[in-house]
Amino acid sequence: MHIVVCIKQVPDSAQIRVHPVTNTIMRQGVPTIINPYDLFALEEALKLRDVHGGEVTVLTMGPPMAEDSLRKALGYGADRAVLLTDRYFAGSDTLATSFALSQAIAKIGETFGRPDIVFTGKQTIDGDTAQVGPGIAKRLDLSQLTYVAKIASIDLDTREIEVARRAEGGTQLLKSRLPCLITMLEDTNEIRRGSLQQALCAARSQVVKWTAADAGIDDLTRCGLRGSPTVVKRVFAPTARAERAAQIDTAERGLQDIADELIADILTRRPALEHELAFNSGT
Amino acid sequence: MDAAVDASTSQFELNEEQRAIQEMAQAFAADRVAPNALDWDRRKHFPADVIRETGPLGLGGIYVRDDVGGSALGRLDAVLIFEALSHADPGFSSFISIHNMVASMIDRFGNDEQRQRFLPKLTSMEWLASYCLTEPGSGSDAAALKTRAVKSGGDYVLNGAKQFISGAGDSDVYAVMVRTGADGPKGISTIVVPKDAPGLSFGANEHKMGWHMQSTRQVIFEDCKVPAENLLSGEGAGFGIAMAGLDGGRLNIAACSLGGAQSALDKALSYTAERKAFGSKINQFQALQFRLADMETELQAARIFLYAAASKLDRKAPDAGKWSAMAKRFVTDTGFNVANDALQLLGGYGYLHDYGVEKLVRDLRVHQILEGTNEIMRVIIARALIGR
Ligand SMILES: Cc1cc2nc3c(=O)[nH]c(=O)nc-3n(C[C@H](O)[C@H](O)[C@H](O)COP(=O)(O)OP(=O)(O)OC[C@H]3O[C@@H](n4cnc5c(N)ncnc54)[C@H](O)[C@@H]3O)c2cc1C
Ligand SMILES: Cc1cc2nc3c(=O)[nH]c(=O)nc-3n(C[C@H](O)[C@H](O)[C@H](O)COP(=O)(O)OP(=O)(O)OC[C@H]3O[C@@H](n4cnc5c(N)ncnc54)[C@H](O)[C@@H]3O)c2cc1C
Repeated sequence: MHIVVCIKQVPDSAQIRVHPVTNTIMRQGVPTIINPYDLFALEEALKLRDVHGGEVTVLTMGPPMAEDSLRKALGYGADRAVLLTDRYFAGSDTLATSFALSQAIAKIGETFGRPDIVFTGKQTIDGDTAQVGPGIAKRLDLSQLTYVAKIASIDLDTREIEVARRAEGGTQLLKSRLPCLITMLEDTNEIRRGSLQQALCAARSQVVKWTAADAGIDDLTRCGLRGSPTVVKRVFAPTARAERAAQIDTAERGLQDIADELIADILTRRPALEHELAFNSGT
Repeated sequence: MDAAVDASTSQFELNEEQRAIQEMAQAFAADRVAPNALDWDRRKHFPADVIRETGPLGLGGIYVRDDVGGSALGRLDAVLIFEALSHADPGFSSFISIHNMVASMIDRFGNDEQRQRFLPKLTSMEWLASYCLTEPGSGSDAAALKTRAVKSGGDYVLNGAKQFISGAGDSDVYAVMVRTGADGPKGISTIVVPKDAPGLSFGANEHKMGWHMQSTRQVIFEDCKVPAENLLSGEGAGFGIAMAGLDGGRLNIAACSLGGAQSALDKALSYTAERKAFGSKINQFQALQFRLADMETELQAARIFLYAAASKLDRKAPDAGKWSAMAKRFVTDTGFNVANDALQLLGGYGYLHDYGVEKLVRDLRVHQILEGTNEIMRVIIARALIGR
């Protein structure tokens, strides 16, 4: 079995300080850690490998220093690490990130064997969007199993997988097929401790370093800042609102109609938005 | 290794593997040892469970060969591990150090059958080991030991007592230096005694100043029968084996002082950055700044000295023994002084258990005494300098 785990190096939020004047996060000098959800995913992958055999490849897209987190993952016992690093990736939003990662996973499949499972964390503790996992699944046409608390069973002959998925108000038991993409929840696993031998292996192994070109990415306009339509205008803490959210029943009408209606509603409340959107899509 | 200092960590330059070893040990120490150290000390609790956790991590036979489960690392690697562990708890680290000393003695001087019989269980920490040299009547003058072993059929029969044995009663195997021949070092042999040997018993746990997480007891032999197959090397080789163990053991004990003292300095730095007196943070008083500056300087000097001594042993330099003795003396003295200074910087709180510094002072004090007192270290150094 070949498992790919996407990990992201994030600032240790326990040690983050906010600039007193600008209210922006001061990243300088903040130690980095592997996104905690990704560690749970890695542990799940290592457990599966220990039972079913095979290999675990860890993948990250980030600056050269993201190699540290890959080495840590090797120290836990991952078999191979791929660092996707290139100045063309700078400024990637979730769209560009999922694009680049899915290209790299395809390349990993060609080079080291097609993955049966791709893991991501549920979300990161810095970007928090939870979009990258689903973005990869869609692009690679993998069955998508999100918010997974536990893998109940895997049958490598029938290629069936059963997972427990945390949903509002309960747990769903889902059955799907390999290959699939799983986004892992927190606290699902006790993270193992790497041994001295694994620490040494990690120090001795080579991290595979790929540029955009190495990963087979031709279309650089889909990478980094150029491939990122998201624009951050302002970062602020939202104030709690008085009115309660309304629940919309999707059984009665089609989703498209509901969406159109909602957008129209928003635009009547905030007319300026219409102009902005038109402006953005025009460029 | 080059004597270069790494700018980014202000540390003697370590290669990538050594850093990985260090980080692994630091992570274990921070998660599993540090949060419990004060509690173990207060309750005089021997944390056999946490000690055994270090086996699967590869800390049960750090410099034991890998065919029997050892990690086959060097002495500098080991020093980094003991330094990291002792930052969390010097007593814990010292116990692992003594266990490793015994495992390496069996690895180096045991025959194939003995290595296969003892080492897989020792490297995995399924069995814990103690080192038995000191006797009630002989400490520094170890060659005067009196515990006798007489061959009788396929066994040795032991009579006598060992004093101050760390881990006695908790350990599963005991490397015991015994007299099989005439007086003096040439009449000494080393035999491995299992805990269940008939005629083996243990004295009361000594009430002592520090190292509360492990017991220190007499080990008593009364017609204690041990199979002759447990004798390491041949009769008469024991003193050499005991000293070979200590040569490296001294580096480990020094490392246990280094980490503990660093922990005390770290505590003093954070305390003096918070505590106010006379309208300012006390770390703004130049007298205290100078004290902190000296503590840092002396500790770094000790660290570089110890790493250099360890690499001498790794390279089997002819003067490695002298360097081990010098490092043991210098690092354990410096470590104790730094911890004691740290206590002073915390004022009355330094004297309270909960602040963790008085424990470090108590723990580090014994490192100046055991594995050869610091006076005996000077004897060894002077002998190397002047000749006998
Ligand atoms: C509104 C907004 C604006 C942003 N603007 C910018 C910007 O201008 N410049 C900029 O540099 N960044 C920006 N970011 C950050 C960037 O978009 C995200 O960090 C990145 O796209 C990943 O998204 P995420 O952190 O939300 O991951 P999520 O979708 O929450 O992550 C889910 C999982 O995907 C995987 N994953 C995510 N990222 C990686 C990665 N790099 N490598 C491997 N696996 C990964 C992990 O397994 C992770 O657990 C912005 C983020 C937001 C929310
Ligand atoms: C907590 C603890 C744990 C221990 N664990 C172990 C263990 O696991 N195994 C083990 O075998 N032993 C152990 N020991 C014993 C320890 O190694 C001895 O206490 C030490 O070697 C000193 O021996 P001694 O106590 O008999 O002192 P002595 O040898 O009687 O020394 C008394 C004093 O005289 C000084 N002195 C002696 N000879 C000379 C000389 N020639 N020149 C100058 N000064 C000299 C000494 O330095 C010391 O200051 C432990 C001791 C303690 C306190």
